[in-house]
Amino acid sequence: MAYSLKESVAKEARFVSGHRMCAGCGAPPAIRNVLNALKEEDNAVISCATGCLEVSSCIYPYTSWNKVSFIHTAFECAAATLSGAEKTYYNLKKAGKIKKTTKFIAIGGDGGTLDIGLQSLSGAMERGHDITYVCYDNGAYMNTGTQRSSSTPHFADTTTSPAGKVSPGKAQKRKDLTEIMVKHNIPYVAQTALFGNLQDIYTKSEKAIYTEGPTFLAVFSPCPRG
Amino acid sequence: MAIRERLSGNEAVATAMKQINPDTVAAYPITPSTEVPQYFSNFVANGDVKTEFIAVESEHSAMSACIGASAAGGRVMSATSSQGLAYMFEMLYVAAGLRLPITLICGNRALSAPLNIHNDHSDSMGVRDAGFIQLYCENNQEAYDNTIMAVKIAEKANLPVMVCYDGFITSHSVENIMLLETEEVQKFVGERKPTQYLLDDERNISMGPMDLQKYYFEHRKQLADAMRGAKTIIEEVSEEFYKLTGRKYELFENYKMDDADLGIVVLNSTAGTAKDAVDELRRNGIKAGLIKPRTFRPLPYKEIPEKLKNLKALAILDKCDSVNGYAAPLFTELTSAMYSSGLTVPTVDYIYGLGGVDVKVDDIIQIYKKLNEIAKTGNVEKTTYYLGMEN
Ligand SMILES: Cc1ncc(C[n+]2csc(CCOP(=O)(O)OP(=O)(O)O)c2C)c(N)n1
Ligand code: SF4
Ligand SMILES: [Mg+2]
Repeated sequence: MAYSLKESVAKEARFVSGHRMCAGCGAPPAIRNVLNALKEEDNAVISCATGCLEVSSCIYPYTSWNKVSFIHTAFECAAATLSGAEKTYYNLKKAGKIKKTTKFIAIGGDGGTLDIGLQSLSGAMERGHDITYVCYDNGAYMNTGTQRSSSTPHFADTTTSPAGKVSPGKAQKRKDLTEIMVKHNIPYVAQTALFGNLQDIYTKSEKAIYTEGPTFLAVFSPCPRG
Repeated sequence: MAIRERLSGNEAVATAMKQINPDTVAAYPITPSTEVPQYFSNFVANGDVKTEFIAVESEHSAMSACIGASAAGGRVMSATSSQGLAYMFEMLYVAAGLRLPITLICGNRALSAPLNIHNDHSDSMGVRDAGFIQLYCENNQEAYDNTIMAVKIAEKANLPVMVCYDGFITSHSVENIMLLETEEVQKFVGERKPTQYLLDDERNISMGPMDLQKYYFEHRKQLADAMRGAKTIIEEVSEEFYKLTGRKYELFENYKMDDADLGIVVLNSTAGTAKDAVDELRRNGIKAGLIKPRTFRPLPYKEIPEKLKNLKALAILDKCDSVNGYAAPLFTELTSAMYSSGLTVPTVDYIYGLGGVDVKVDDIIQIYKKLNEIAKTGNVEKTTYYLGMEN
């Protein structure tokens, strides 16, 4: 479908307000825009890694996840968790227990994706599940207080790579996960940022979600606190 | 009609899984349980089952995928041992905390270091507080039967279930066993009917939230209550299984305990060896008896002490150690249960067979001899013994 801002904003949001992320946080609009690419008639299962987004969007008994089903299990296994749900879909569908088309989307921060969750992500991509993995990358472990991740830029001053008298900040360069994903030979890999170009995030999300097989989307997402 | 077969423990369990025909199996290879997913992948490859098999890249992902699959509404199984179970640790708590029925086969094996692939119970005992029901099996028949019952117990209790049997001793030994017809198994386990599941397209749900203090405590209490309530469910399912097969399963097996003076409590295959020791001692006029717990979780904390109260001395055998400067889990939990029941039988702990050290009938007879001495004096000089490592 050709992108239309007017039509996309008219769709019911799948991620709604009432969450407790900081004012100005990039993650909520980033995720709302990714999920905006879902067809209105389709169901979706979201598997979210531990991190700022998860701890602020689903605090019992509230949830900001709307017209999608949501599961959080732990920090490093959003992709593996989702792979179990995706495989189960086929048998439930065959048995006629469910009717709708369901799309499968995993979401993790840069820590939950590039570091501790890399194995689970790589495994799921290699196995060829029909899922989309979305990394909202804010360049550090924000939920636990801005520690360095392998996505933190070179020389950045974080709480575990502080700039000091003898250190200029993070000594290492950023890991290029998008390139690593390309090397998995999966059908679609993209990266984008939320700001300035809503069409870009919409079309890439739509392509990621509706391309058959494993797809990966990195969304750079600022953290005003970090 | 029952089918007579000769199968190893792993084959028997894989056969049960084939007959159960779950929606999803996610597993990762590790000795000695590896054969279970291997046999099972053959069933998948030959179209014998409808199951989606996920050959995950680790046990952490195996349990994560099982959680995702069970949360999605499927019937889900996996198998592991030792390091694999240890690697799942974090996710076992998540599986139970989310109240998801999952059947996990555990071919019991020692934990590193040093590396050892042989049998003891360090792995399943190490995760005893994760919130899984734990069923322990003496032989291949019990492993087969408990696997079938586990599925039904899990779905009734909304709790994950671990079926534990001894690596190599049970997993790789071939025995004669009785199988059910696949239709009978299908009828027994029925269809999973989840009330809340991710794939329900009539109603979306959110699972695995963050709980603030009060809700967290409430939810953990609900989990604890579910484990308490599981006793009745296990008894009901076992009764139904008895009606189908004539094979009776209780929370624990009581072998010649009614008039016993000297008792042993022991899990899994060693119970078979110990029964021979009991028989031999009885032939010589010694009133020996044995208790073999089938459920360690939930712990039959009232029922077992009730059977111990007339003993003059008791040995609890642990095929693992707590490395706590004191004693091992079966001992500490059962003696604590005995204390709560006001029971003061002289009791010792025997840690035995770590890393698969063979335990023979004679070894067990030595333990009963020790109990005989203790019974005479009523004195326990030492609480914990390491069988064969000291006198
Ligand atoms: C196994 C494990 N280790 C550590 C943590 C603690 N932890 C929770 S969230 C988090 C950082 C999350 O960082 P990221 O994935 O970048 O997400 P963000 O909070 O920045 O959005 C850490 C270290 C945990 N929950 N689980
Ligand atoms: S700490 Fe940063 S990433 Fe986390 S909610 Fe606040 S702004 Fe967003
Ligand atoms: Mg981050």
